[in-house]
Amino acid sequence: MPEVLKAPLVVEFPFTRSLGPVQSAFLTGLREGTVLGVRTTDGRVLVPPVEYDPVTADDLSDLVEVAPTGTVTTWAWNHEPRRGQPLATPFAWVLVRLDGADTALLHVLDVPGPDAVHTGMRVRVRWAAERTGAITDIACFEPYEGEAVEPGGHSGVFENPLTGIVAPARLDYTYSPGRAQSAYIDALSARRTVGERCPSCRKVYVPPRGACPTCGVATAEQVEVGPRGTVTTFCIVNIKAKNLDIEVPYVYAHIALDGADLALHARIGGIPYDRVRMGLRVEPVWTEGARYPDHYRPTGEPDADYETYKELL
Amino acid sequence: MSKEPVAVTGIGQTKHVAARRDVSIAGLVREAALRALADAELTWADIDAVVIGKAPDFFEGVMMPELYLADALGAVGKPMLRVHTAGSVGGSTALVAANLVAARVHGTVLTLAFEKQSESNAMWGLSLPIPFQQPLLAGAGGFFAPHVRAYMRRSGAPDTIGSLVAYKDRRNALLNPYAHLHEHDITLEKVQASPMLWDPIRYSETCPSSDGACAMVLTDRAGAARAPRPPAWLLGGAMRSEPTLFAGKDFVSPQAGKDCAADVYRQAGIADPRRDIDAVEMYVPFSWYEPMWLENLGFAAEGEGWKLTEAGVTELDGDLPVNMSGGVLSTNPIGASGMIRFAEAALQVRGQAGEHQVARARRVLGHAYGGGSQFFSMWLVGSEPPDS
Repeated sequence: MPEVLKAPLVVEFPFTRSLGPVQSAFLTGLREGTVLGVRTTDGRVLVPPVEYDPVTADDLSDLVEVAPTGTVTTWAWNHEPRRGQPLATPFAWVLVRLDGADTALLHVLDVPGPDAVHTGMRVRVRWAAERTGAITDIACFEPYEGEAVEPGGHSGVFENPLTGIVAPARLDYTYSPGRAQSAYIDALSARRTVGERCPSCRKVYVPPRGACPTCGVATAEQVEVGPRGTVTTFCIVNIKAKNLDIEVPYVYAHIALDGADLALHARIGGIPYDRVRMGLRVEPVWTEGARYPDHYRPTGEPDADYETYKELL
Repeated sequence: MSKEPVAVTGIGQTKHVAARRDVSIAGLVREAALRALADAELTWADIDAVVIGKAPDFFEGVMMPELYLADALGAVGKPMLRVHTAGSVGGSTALVAANLVAARVHGTVLTLAFEKQSESNAMWGLSLPIPFQQPLLAGAGGFFAPHVRAYMRRSGAPDTIGSLVAYKDRRNALLNPYAHLHEHDITLEKVQASPMLWDPIRYSETCPSSDGACAMVLTDRAGAARAPRPPAWLLGGAMRSEPTLFAGKDFVSPQAGKDCAADVYRQAGIADPRRDIDAVEMYVPFSWYEPMWLENLGFAAEGEGWKLTEAGVTELDGDLPVNMSGGVLSTNPIGASGMIRFAEAALQVRGQAGEHQVARARRVLGHAYGGGSQFFSMWLVGSEPPDS
């Protein structure tokens, strides 16, 4: 049995966010070197601020400036910072209750080691050199021995407020297609298409998933199908999809390979797009080094009768 | 013990648009929720639980957004549930909420669904570059267009049917102030002259990408008795699922859709849907799905659905109006789209649909589907309570 395949899968996207009035004020404030909270209906000041009262569900809009100094309420040491974390050297994750706030903000504290941090210690904001309107405008917190700093009385109204941000997201996976698809991919390297037959309903699945989705039982019996097949249905693609280097128009078809009980999807070539039809008999065209056929082309056989493929659309 | 009758007493939605840059996701859902509360003349304190739905988290990239939406929806100190069934989610979310009332777990439930597509990338979210797999070759409509061709082959429908549906739905949208697309100069000729994107699907036969939210207040008999406006009564509701791909899958008329509709009709005592149901709001993301679903839902025999469309039966003033709101073809905040269908059905039987109100709409079906024709959810609502 061939080895089960594995490969890295990185999923990343720069999501955009509309901020709404409260987050807009908070992030614009950070850009301007001001930390803002919001006053709730019962008079508490929440930092970071929220749009809606967590107790009463009221709209909140009373923005309150708090001090850049505060007190650590709890912490955890991070021995090994990862990519994208605020500091490259080991640091403490801290919850800091800023002076004037009733809740604590999650951030990081730059100290040499875990012995230098304790609950109740006084800290202050270290601002980033360049600020854009992001939580990273606070580069980190640092120990602070001085007097408490009186907060200013900023109203939360700014010129050129930030209304949206870009929030890049990235997830790193190790992907494995599993036993059945690994065997299918292995066979493709010899230009053979091998599916699996369900022991219960006898249907042949290509590509195989290792189990029959109808009967819910494992499949194991390998069955070579094709290479020829029948176009069961199709569309003519007239617009270029992103990241696809195919000249339009082209035909995207469902092809039932001979012996398979499920159609697979592929491009049709070697025939003008407007002459492709349901029932057309086709065969794969391979290019050197490719894992999948580049496209399918007509075999020249007579078209298949509709009755033979109508269950395979 | 019999089920508690379930009533819809509040409906709210946002004006659906391409991009709501003035509000956060929380602000968007809040707007729909407040309108539903206002319609029911209730406050946050009257709500016992919140049931929320949206399309996959990958769309906006906010993992489990319900966690941070609790404040905005007054859910603090109450149960909050998230439902997740791809494009059908707006429908199944409403049904989960309805079941909580029917089972007498809660008296009054707020249910809500949303999507902020301007901050999302659905196409990307659905076609991640999975290693070893062949990349998708066709884009969004390329998935649907071959099924449409299969329907045309099977039914012998003339190729103009899709444009008739699009022309009707876009005109209906002009009567709905919440619809996204308001194409005041729409003509049948314009639909038919629009570019052929994925032959046989034209540009004007596809749905837009919208930001929007929809909310409903569901309540028990006692809640309905206190409601300031006529309620809509749930007469039947069901969900069905099937795999995306399996040998024998019928993409033109999926078995799960037929089974789901049959269950709803059995619950509601509907013998002949064509005769007993006054209007239908169904999930039609590409125009040709109207005749396909008319058959799948039992309003026409197999291969005959297009004849209803062609004869004008599904027009707003026809004998069986379909997609009075303008449908998904005019408004598509994906996660909310199913709930908008359910809400439109309820608006109609309440007589609250304004300019797109169907006269004497006593029983109206709301329909949603999603995944690769994989999840189905439907409800039938009526102007009179069940068994009365």
